[in-house]
Amino acid sequence: MPDRVQRLNVNGKDLQVDAARNERLLWVLRDHLGLTGSKYGCGEGQCGACTVLVDNVAVRSCITLAESVVGKKIVTIEGLAQNGSLHPVQKAFLDAEAFQCGYCTSGMVMASAGLLRKNPQPSETQIKQALNGNMCRCGTYPRIVAAVRMAAGAKTEAPSGN
Amino acid sequence: MATDYLYEPERYELREEPRYHFHFDRRDFFRLMGLGMVVVGVVSGQESGGGGRRGGGARQRPQEIGPWLHIGEDGKVTAFTGKAEVGQNTRTALTQGVAEELRVPADWVRFVMADTARTPYDAGTFGSRSMPDMLPQVRKAAAAARELLIGRAASFLSVDRAQLKVVDGKVLDAASGKSVAYGELVKGQKLFETASIGSAPLTPPAEWKVLGTVVPKVDGRAFVTGKHQYTTDIKLPGMLYGAVVRPPSFGATLASVGSTSEPGVTVVREKDFLGIAAPDRATAQRVAAGVKAQWTTTPQPSDTELFAILKNTAKARTESTKGSIEEGLAAADKKLSTTYTLAYIAHAPLEPRAAVAKWDDGKLTAWVGTQRPFGVQAELANAFGIPESQVHVVVPDTGSGYGGKHTGEVAIEAARLAKQAGKPVKVVWTREEEFSWAYARPAGVIEVTSGVKDGKLVAWDFHNYNSGGSGLGPLYDVPHQRVHFHPSESPLRQGSYRGLAATANHFAREVHMDEIAHEIRKDPLEFRLANLKDDRLKAVFQRAADAFGWGSRSAGAGRGFGFGGGFEKGGYVATFAEVTADKDLKRVKVERVLTAFECGAVVNPDCLRNQIEGGVIQGLGGALFEQMQFADGKLLNGRFSRYRVPRFMDMPVIETVLVDRKDLPSAGAGETPIVGVAPAISNAIFAAVGVRLRAMPLLGSPQRA
Repeated sequence: MPDRVQRLNVNGKDLQVDAARNERLLWVLRDHLGLTGSKYGCGEGQCGACTVLVDNVAVRSCITLAESVVGKKIVTIEGLAQNGSLHPVQKAFLDAEAFQCGYCTSGMVMASAGLLRKNPQPSETQIKQALNGNMCRCGTYPRIVAAVRMAAGAKTEAPSGN
Repeated sequence: MATDYLYEPERYELREEPRYHFHFDRRDFFRLMGLGMVVVGVVSGQESGGGGRRGGGARQRPQEIGPWLHIGEDGKVTAFTGKAEVGQNTRTALTQGVAEELRVPADWVRFVMADTARTPYDAGTFGSRSMPDMLPQVRKAAAAARELLIGRAASFLSVDRAQLKVVDGKVLDAASGKSVAYGELVKGQKLFETASIGSAPLTPPAEWKVLGTVVPKVDGRAFVTGKHQYTTDIKLPGMLYGAVVRPPSFGATLASVGSTSEPGVTVVREKDFLGIAAPDRATAQRVAAGVKAQWTTTPQPSDTELFAILKNTAKARTESTKGSIEEGLAAADKKLSTTYTLAYIAHAPLEPRAAVAKWDDGKLTAWVGTQRPFGVQAELANAFGIPESQVHVVVPDTGSGYGGKHTGEVAIEAARLAKQAGKPVKVVWTREEEFSWAYARPAGVIEVTSGVKDGKLVAWDFHNYNSGGSGLGPLYDVPHQRVHFHPSESPLRQGSYRGLAATANHFAREVHMDEIAHEIRKDPLEFRLANLKDDRLKAVFQRAADAFGWGSRSAGAGRGFGFGGGFEKGGYVATFAEVTADKDLKRVKVERVLTAFECGAVVNPDCLRNQIEGGVIQGLGGALFEQMQFADGKLLNGRFSRYRVPRFMDMPVIETVLVDRKDLPSAGAGETPIVGVAPAISNAIFAAVGVRLRAMPLLGSPQRA
């Protein structure tokens, strides 16, 4: 095994990187790949601002080692919209005005997208539980819950096959 | 702080003398912005937002001038303000104001904000001043532009201006149906108008079409797609990453530093500052962690002594006295003396303090997340001994502040490193640095003695130690009162916070009111209304009580209702809470919070609701569990795994009643909705289980014994 991480699959593309094996994924994304949508908030997996999807599961990129995601499919906030059309969660965040300063938003959107992949119809309590590790210091929680519910609704109305 | 480069901010309320600052150059402006029309504003000192620490011997200088508005040849509008956007949606609200007066859709207007080279001077974004001060200013500029455009259209269409009106970015002659677009009217021109000259009428609230309506957050899409560039996201060519070596405890001084040499790495030591700049983040942090630094520490206080220190070091300062407190107390048939305390809390903005600094031929440019771009410009000029004209501060829309980002130490750090390294440097504080090296919301002790006679307050003696003077007054109608704020020597560095001391003073006052009502067996709402003259405050209490269903049902065992309210910064608030709790307070849940809020004419009802909801949630943290613990100059819980903030599972059902007073000027809303939260919860806990909690945080262990 090489002593550096040299390749990561991010947002559907195999990308060349050159990172220490123990470098945290967040810094590989931000500093090496220029994907600054994932945010630093605490560095200890407590605030969720750095949340990305790894093989469809929401993870904290600030405590994820680069070597542990080699060969896996990483999706960041920059890769969530498909062909220029927003993911239902992104659209719902806009419709519900579910942000203030927006710094937590990427992580909130990714955690919500991860939740809906696992559970397309979460109850309000399930949403709160799933997002409890994501912090919004502006206190936009009620709107975020509303946005996730809207996004879940939008999904059921989408034509089958999507 | 002994650490010399840490800049102590204004301590309580912020006052600033206006300064004269004429740097506007017409030719430059049109060259940069393109031809068209520019409206410059003349701002009196009183209007410029107040605050800061500038001035000293400066005399009252009258005016500040700068570009406020530009209308381009395409009819699009660019407006300028020194205010910063930190999530409170000032950008959106100001955009609405300009769109309203110019009769254009909101998306024709773009705001340049918080940039010392491009926007007029502004003291800072704090004190809920953006709506009462800045909104009228930008509206005046837009209205002046509108009138000028009408005048030009009158010549252009050869009609009397009285028969013209403006609609959708055009000036229209209703009689002939002829119209001319703004862009057409300013094509090839260098028009120059001063907003304070000529009194262009502002659109009255009854006729508002954009103001008073729901306009979504400007640039919302950039936030949900991760495209918005915060200061932390900026990367310049050749940029280095900075890291600062912090002292082991508050007040420590740097005695010696071992030598470090590594290719491409710059180590800067200046007095007590020790920093590293390296080509990548990991190297900067590794070198910073490995530097052999010797610090001289001095004994520092611990939180166990906090309240004694605040009492013992207090200096008397009379705020106001009315009648005779002795006389009032002598007349009372019931007296009550109680003491309330509150801990230091952290702003913990999710985007940490961050700056990118770059030097070019002795000129400094700094991108920094701050609420005071011009204040930080002055700090940088001062730190490097250069004129302010050599310092350009740019504030990208920032990941919140809550009053915590008034100072520019991170910009000074980045600039020091950049100067020595000869390359741009970015410094982003770690979360641990944020907790330990930013300033705290002041802790405080508040002592209240009151007297009542026949259900009416007759005496009110109120002493606030250290936490501040905002919202200090009794609000209620009391013939004999003495209200003091006593500044103390604060063990921790402290400064502004959302709502300032109004949160502390409302907590003490509104819990105390509940206590008196209980003592004299009066309904707490009736008791308040019987002692209140202010109709606006009465109205929010009544509206909230009605919506909440106060008095209409009994709570049942282990469930309680409580409320608190008041006014501050032009806004009136009443907060009602429903709480479930068990007797030993092991399990306390805030089930429901209802807020009635009145801040004059509502500018954007959805943004206003968002601010109120956010204030309630942030208020829950300080009310229930936020608390900075410290011992011997070290913060003990300075990270998110140890410092508890509100999370999704803490969220109550939140209801908001907006009282829209179109007949009154718009006040700010970022702060006041937070002040009623803690007393409402404390009073509801008392109603639920009979335990009276007088210390914020209510559920925090009282200062460790």
